[in-house]
Amino acid sequence: MPRPDKKTSDQEQAPSTGHEWDGIVELDNPLPRWWLWVFYASIVFAIGYWVVMPAWPGISGYTKGVRNHSDRVNVAKALQDLDQVRGARLVQLRDKTLEEIEADPALQSYALTVGQSVFGDNCATCHGQGGVGGKGYANLRDDVWLWGGSLGDIHHTISVGVRAGGTETRNSRMPAFGRDEMLSEAQRADLTEYVVALSGRAADPAAVARAAPPFAQHCASCHGAQGKGDMTKGAPDLTDREWLNGSRREDIAMQLFTGRGGVMPAWRDRFRPEVVKALAVYVHANAGG
Amino acid sequence: MNTRPEFNAARPLSAADEARRNAIFGGGLYAKRTTIHPKLVHGRWRNIKWVLLAVTLAIYYGAPWIRWARPEGMPQQAILVDFSAGRFYFFGLHLWPQEIYYVTGLLVIAALALFLVTALFGRLWCGYTCPQTIWTDLYILVERAFEGDRNARLKLDAAPTSFDKVWRKGGKHAVWLAIAFWTGGAWNLYFHDAPTVVSDFWTGSAALTVYLSFAALTLTTYSLAGLMREQVCTYMCPWPRIQGAMIDRDTLQVTYRHDRGEPRGPHKKDQTWDGRGDCIDCNQCAVVCPMGIDIRNGPQFECINCGLCADACDEIMVKVGRPKGLIAYDTDAAVLARADKVKASYRLVRPRTLFYVILLAGVSGLMIWGLSHRAPTVVSVSRDRNPTHVTMRDGSVRDGYTLRVSNRTLEAKAYVVSVEGLPGAVIHAPGEKGSGSTFTLKAPADASRSAKLFVTAPENDARPASLPVTFLIQSGDDIVREKSTFISGDGR
Repeated sequence: MPRPDKKTSDQEQAPSTGHEWDGIVELDNPLPRWWLWVFYASIVFAIGYWVVMPAWPGISGYTKGVRNHSDRVNVAKALQDLDQVRGARLVQLRDKTLEEIEADPALQSYALTVGQSVFGDNCATCHGQGGVGGKGYANLRDDVWLWGGSLGDIHHTISVGVRAGGTETRNSRMPAFGRDEMLSEAQRADLTEYVVALSGRAADPAAVARAAPPFAQHCASCHGAQGKGDMTKGAPDLTDREWLNGSRREDIAMQLFTGRGGVMPAWRDRFRPEVVKALAVYVHANAGG
Repeated sequence: MNTRPEFNAARPLSAADEARRNAIFGGGLYAKRTTIHPKLVHGRWRNIKWVLLAVTLAIYYGAPWIRWARPEGMPQQAILVDFSAGRFYFFGLHLWPQEIYYVTGLLVIAALALFLVTALFGRLWCGYTCPQTIWTDLYILVERAFEGDRNARLKLDAAPTSFDKVWRKGGKHAVWLAIAFWTGGAWNLYFHDAPTVVSDFWTGSAALTVYLSFAALTLTTYSLAGLMREQVCTYMCPWPRIQGAMIDRDTLQVTYRHDRGEPRGPHKKDQTWDGRGDCIDCNQCAVVCPMGIDIRNGPQFECINCGLCADACDEIMVKVGRPKGLIAYDTDAAVLARADKVKASYRLVRPRTLFYVILLAGVSGLMIWGLSHRAPTVVSVSRDRNPTHVTMRDGSVRDGYTLRVSNRTLEAKAYVVSVEGLPGAVIHAPGEKGSGSTFTLKAPADASRSAKLFVTAPENDARPASLPVTFLIQSGDDIVREKSTFISGDGR
């Protein structure tokens, strides 16, 4: 829009470039002065930049520049600095026993923070962000434990994993009574009723009576004569309300058929000892005893 | 009825008139600045302005140096906006960021007070207490010391460059910069411990923000008070435009009483005063005006209501033997009434002023009530969402909560936390064996602490899946109740 207070004669005097479209003529106006100077300044800056910073690619490398700047080196340095910052407490986590960590409020608080973060990134995939697990994955918030709920037990389980391979891992395997044809379908149906009865629920008394001998023969060695389980073998208590693989009759029947057991990695292979300790402290602190 | 003088092109133009003429005839929207050299004046309003100048500047430069005893480890400065710690200290008061509404309230009070004063007395704020006016006055004082009064300054401006001119101008700018430097520096004292930041400033170890705000305030003080002066009020400040909404016929403003002054004209000794006005057209009201206007043209938006023209005119009136007050604080209504030979009446109580007073009293009352009922302890309890609850082997149920206690007192406190409405509840922190029904959370003075809590309740089939409970946070007589919910089932 033409501004009445601004003279337009300058523009009109500029020579035409000869380009014309529908009567609209392109004039050969000079570039705006400010733009031109910014452009020249950018050229000067670029020359300086080549000297100071990495700039030109070569055949076997690139010009390094006088500052010898490298983002990779900077990142490595930053990570090193981070370890320096965290150093003192990480060293304490490494050198102190689990009980000492729990007894020191500041260190415990640090361990809980580290533990929560590591748990969220690694354990929550199976056990859930809140740690209550799910079907096939242990609930870490209550007071029912497969391999023991003491600080040391939890630390050991996290370290070596469950059925993770190797000689030290928490290892036990329930036979696949159905798939391997160790028990007949009728026997398994009776045992299902027996397990339902163990947990205090109503079951067919005749089936329960029939299942007593096979239970004593096949199950009691791990789950105990009373079905109370055995934490040294990772055998669950069958009399409580906590069910790893489901509480319904078909869940129990399926467990008898496949004998499935989940796998947890040996986390000491992936984390530094201090991190495993922090995880143990976190899980123990948030569990029900 | 209206005997207000018409704009007379034959009369000498005031600086503002000239600027307007430039704007109209000089082409474009740009008005070239006409330098204003206000003449020194003596009188009642000038004296009040000197006193206010001294008092307000003393407050600005001095207030951060006032010390105030607070417990060990806390700032000992009476007025301090501590951004890094998130606290505002004002003598016995210390506010948390969450209490920003008190600042809002203070600003509302300031705005309403400004409205009320403006409705009653016009732009008193502008003329007497606005920092722009105060520092401009101070800068003109310096200018006068170096270059002399109005006439000397006009002459110096017109004179060719000489040693005398250079040292006078140079000296003036040096002192201006020194004042700006001090002003910009003093700003930082409100945000940091004053003695510390001063020594840090000179040793180069103060925060970058200190140097940046120092530089910004130095620059603005120097340019706004020294170089731009009345242009700030005329072009930059929105207040002159807003004031029209508060001012009416009954507002006391600096007024040329044209009923008494007109017809004006030069007056020689021994001439009669009959049949003519008291204004002898000496132009003194215009030459003392820091805004460069002629008050005799009636109310103008440039006018800051400072009353210097009234002082100047009074001086002349005494000399020519006429009563003072040809220019005075008066209302439009009164002037027009007198012009019509009616007795002038003044109405301070008007619906407008009454409305402002009521609002002001309301907001002030709210502030006072709020400050006197300020809670010493603020608590929030948030229940864990994941998991909502955990059922234990024995059927008992455990919920997790995060408790946050803000101790806004100046002493360390231990808060005893318990749960109401949940029989048999046991409270413990993570990593702790639960056995007691209370939990103790320690919070240092003027600080917040949060704690993760587990609340376990025995198995109870009669308990609803979602039960309203109340957390009791107690420290001596100070009891805070915070509502929450205890979940013990999925509600199906």
